[in-house]
Amino acid sequence: MTTVITAILILFGLAVVFGIILGYASIRFRVEGNPIVDQIDALLPQTQCGQCGYPGCRPYAEAIANGDAINKCPPGGQSTIEALADLLDVEAVPLDAEHGEEQAKTVAFIREDECIGCTKCIQACPVDAILGAAKQMHTVISSECTGCDLCVEPCPVDCIDMIPVETTIANWKWPAPAESRNLIATDRGRGALQQQEAH
Amino acid sequence: MTGAMTDFLLILISTVLVNNFVLVQFLGLCPFMGVSNKLETAMGMSLATTFVLTLSSVCSYLVYSALLKPFGLEYLQTIAFILVIAVVVQFTEMVVHKTSPMLYKLLGIFLPLITTNCAVLGVALLNIKKQNGFVESIAYGFGAAVGFSLALVLFSAIRERIAVADVPVPFRGAAIGMVTAGLMSLAFMGFAGLVQF
Amino acid sequence: MGKVFAFHGGIHPPENKKQSTRTPIRTAPLPKQLYLPLQQHIGMAASPLVNVGDRVLKGQMIAEPVGRISAALHAPTSGTIRSIGPHPVPHASGLESDCIVIESDGQDEWIEHPGLEDFTQLEPGALIEHIRRCGIAGMGGAGFPTDVKLHLGDDHIVNTLIINAAECEPYITADDMLMRERAHEILGGIRIISHLLKPSHIMIGIEDNKSHAIHTLESVLKGCDLNIDIRVVPTKYPSGGERQLIQLLTGLEVPSGRIPADIGIVCQNVGTTAAIYRAVHFGEPLISRIVTVTGDAVAQPQNLDALIGTPFADLLEAAHVYENKLYRLVMGGPMMGVTVEHDQIPVIKTTNCIIAATVDEMPPAPPEQPCIRCNMCEQVCPVTLLPQQLYWFAKGREFDKAKHHNLFDCIECGACAYVCPSSIPLVQYYRFAKSEIRTEEAEQRKADHARERFEARQARLEREQEEKEARRKARAEEAARAQQARKNGEVVATATAAAAEPAADINALKTAAAVARTKLKKAQKALEAARNSGEGDLQALEAAVQATQASSDQAQQALEKASTGSAPATATGADVKQLKTAAAVARTKLKKARDALKNAEDKGLEGLDKLRATVTTLEQKADEADKAYKDAEAAAGSAETPMSQPAPVDMKALKQQVSIMRTKLKKAEAALEEVEGDARTQAEQALEALRQRHTEADKAFKAAEQAQIAAAAAQGVDLKQLKIDAALARAAVTKLERALAKTEEAQERTSLEAELATARDKAEQLNQTLKQHEPA
Repeated sequence: MTTVITAILILFGLAVVFGIILGYASIRFRVEGNPIVDQIDALLPQTQCGQCGYPGCRPYAEAIANGDAINKCPPGGQSTIEALADLLDVEAVPLDAEHGEEQAKTVAFIREDECIGCTKCIQACPVDAILGAAKQMHTVISSECTGCDLCVEPCPVDCIDMIPVETTIANWKWPAPAESRNLIATDRGRGALQQQEAH
Repeated sequence: MTGAMTDFLLILISTVLVNNFVLVQFLGLCPFMGVSNKLETAMGMSLATTFVLTLSSVCSYLVYSALLKPFGLEYLQTIAFILVIAVVVQFTEMVVHKTSPMLYKLLGIFLPLITTNCAVLGVALLNIKKQNGFVESIAYGFGAAVGFSLALVLFSAIRERIAVADVPVPFRGAAIGMVTAGLMSLAFMGFAGLVQF
Repeated sequence: MGKVFAFHGGIHPPENKKQSTRTPIRTAPLPKQLYLPLQQHIGMAASPLVNVGDRVLKGQMIAEPVGRISAALHAPTSGTIRSIGPHPVPHASGLESDCIVIESDGQDEWIEHPGLEDFTQLEPGALIEHIRRCGIAGMGGAGFPTDVKLHLGDDHIVNTLIINAAECEPYITADDMLMRERAHEILGGIRIISHLLKPSHIMIGIEDNKSHAIHTLESVLKGCDLNIDIRVVPTKYPSGGERQLIQLLTGLEVPSGRIPADIGIVCQNVGTTAAIYRAVHFGEPLISRIVTVTGDAVAQPQNLDALIGTPFADLLEAAHVYENKLYRLVMGGPMMGVTVEHDQIPVIKTTNCIIAATVDEMPPAPPEQPCIRCNMCEQVCPVTLLPQQLYWFAKGREFDKAKHHNLFDCIECGACAYVCPSSIPLVQYYRFAKSEIRTEEAEQRKADHARERFEARQARLEREQEEKEARRKARAEEAARAQQARKNGEVVATATAAAAEPAADINALKTAAAVARTKLKKAQKALEAARNSGEGDLQALEAAVQATQASSDQAQQALEKASTGSAPATATGADVKQLKTAAAVARTKLKKARDALKNAEDKGLEGLDKLRATVTTLEQKADEADKAYKDAEAAAGSAETPMSQPAPVDMKALKQQVSIMRTKLKKAEAALEEVEGDARTQAEQALEALRQRHTEADKAFKAAEQAQIAAAAAQGVDLKQLKIDAALARAAVTKLERALAKTEEAQERTSLEAELATARDKAEQLNQTLKQHEPA
């Protein structure tokens, strides 16, 4: 009988001691804020377009840090998803079509002779990239435009177009070399098919 | 003194190379396969595991020799050791969360899962079985941790290279990982007989 | 001859240089048209100084540099500017870029171009400015503006000047021929550079396969007072790379990410040196260069002294190209050059070679095969990188790791791809990875910038909100104080008394009125609550409401009197504004009362009549206020501008009224559905009245609209307003169309369609009016 009591007492004592240690550690090593949010925020494209369902990029970053899906950012597209997946060490998933599709980069353009100077687009622009005043023609500072198309909807006369960014010598990219041929038989045959089905 | 030093070295060599916990004794395979996708993560995991292994090895030795043995409660060793390990892991988790939130996020579930890493409990139990003393327990735990780290870092470095290589389709993913681990294990088997321990 | 060091790796491709050195340099025939890209180098594009149709003389500056890293552009011959616009340029992308097109007049007439008398007397700054104005840019590789290289900051002390005469790439012999025929120009150029940089040591690095050129140089250098060494280096590609040549001649390695000047070395190409000489001594800007035209598809491979801007076609013709044998046209050497798609691409300052290759000479690249990890690429890499590892990273899109493996130190020499037994286009992979990383970085920069702007905007909005809040608070406090002051004095009495005094006391009156109104509202609310619950002393409450209403009315009247009293006195916009606010307040009150009425109606409770009466009085009041406001505005409007001004405002009010009525009507209709029995007839009557009023208002509105359009049309002045109206109408049409496309319900669709039709009509009408008046 005494053995049992000693056993219980000893284990209980151990548990108490360890509990005190852990309790102290949890105070000593308390984590304030969530530094991961900054890192996630840095990867997002900062269009502040709200297509993810959050009012801006930072709120979405916070949501991701709290476990939201990483595939809700159409402007960032697949590359952002991959970067996020890499950062958070999770599986990269395709873009959620519900929040929009990945489109070519665009900039807003105001057809100036149709603009009536209502300033609605100016209020909508999250990065202050539209210049103008009431009853004056507005124009987009294209170098500052993130292409979020938030200004298109409020325009009462529909005079804002989203124009795809043209490829010039300055922003031209070398294309990826063509994929090499699959020389191993299984790459072309049954194995490849099964692999595709598995994904 | 020289004898003790030699013993110490022998224990290290034995645990790191000859009786490598992962590649020879096949303990702790779960994090070995799980956190070896990225070198940085693997290094973080190695550090965390080294910390946990050494500390829990010492703590469980102390608990055993100071509490369980005097009261004749050796049959409680498993449950007591698991308690010790769980506490050390929890402690480590807090430290990692505070000092490196990114690593915390990257290690994810594998950090608390160190608790169930059989290498950790294995080391604690083997210490008792081999009747290691205090210093030997430290050496044994540390050596096991270094061995684990070595295997994990090597493996993740290889996997990183494999990730961009042309692997035949049916072998991609876990399959090539297993093959690689098997080959590494074979290589480590080559150390057998290096130390008689 | 000093010691020559070695660099890692390198290859020995077939030289193919003999073909083009058999004949001396020939001046290329004058082309009919010259295409001069505004950007021929890294940095900013030059900005044109001429207009289409201008006549320019040979050597006249036609585009000036913008920013520090930029070079001027000069007319290579006399003629007229045909156009300034996009034209294919020598670039790997094959894209077009802005070019100045000159149609030559065949006279080749020089502008006055005085050389500098004695450059040694000149300040270094002035000399460098002269070189800058002559548009000299590096003629070897990237075309880096030379003046920048010569104008180093004080933190750079140059002790070694290296003249790059290695010309290591196969086929190219432009520098070789230049040295053979114009060695004195090179020496002259070296004198100028050494005057500017004052190096202690000058070295000319030249490959040992150019014995003729070495001879010429040696004979020219005989008796030269400068400390010049000719260092003959073994022929090995890529010894002509700037960093490789520096390593060959000095044994020093330029650190990664730094420039040679950081280790006290400046490197200049021989061609650039000769161009500097001509610019300083004869004032000739950089308008021509030596181009090697070679390859098996030309009958006479040779070096041509070609004007910048000459299309490749003209040079090929001069070298007698076999059109049928020409398979591929390469600009630059076979190792680092790029294949160009057509022959209208012009020669630029960096074009040293054009290869017209046959199929046998440059067959299509064999298919890429898997990497066998043979490590040959690593052995030939002149920068001691790990090409194979970089290849895997580029292929697996692990650009971060590629960057860590110093991808950006790669000089894209192509040695690795040359030796690769699996014929993997390694350089393409590196270029791809580099441009991906650059794009990513640019995007990251842009994103950071956007974040900054977004945060700044957020902060601004917050600040504005706070300011507004503060202002509101201040106002509330003021009002509270005012109220405190008037609490003991009878509100109404003061108000009536104060009515005699204009403007100044209007504010006080207004506050009083507002207070009274709030009281009224509260009382009404209490009453309603009581009614709803059916409890409490209804009678007493009603009495209280009556009392407060009376006082409120009095206050309002006082206010109105005061404002109308002051209106004619001042007849300015301020009064109109106040009236407008009053009218709006009245309207809001009305609306609230109506809501209450509707509530009551819904509930079918008693006291309905009373409420209705309240609503009616309120309606009257609102109308009065509206009227007063309109009158005042009309008065103000007529005082300011005749006719045109009041119309649109009136319209707005009318429109608002109409829409309010419509809502009212709808609400009433909805209420009617629910009310039963006795109340129903009553309600129906009310509804009928409302309907009538709505129709009237609608009519009035439409008439006003018509009148306005007619007036505008008649006057033809308010084109802008008309335009805006038209745009709005158009937008309405598109919006309706969109809505229509979205809705599926049949009923909704028909109503939408009807609306759409009217909207279209209106838009059409407006458009026509607009069209009629636009030319006027």
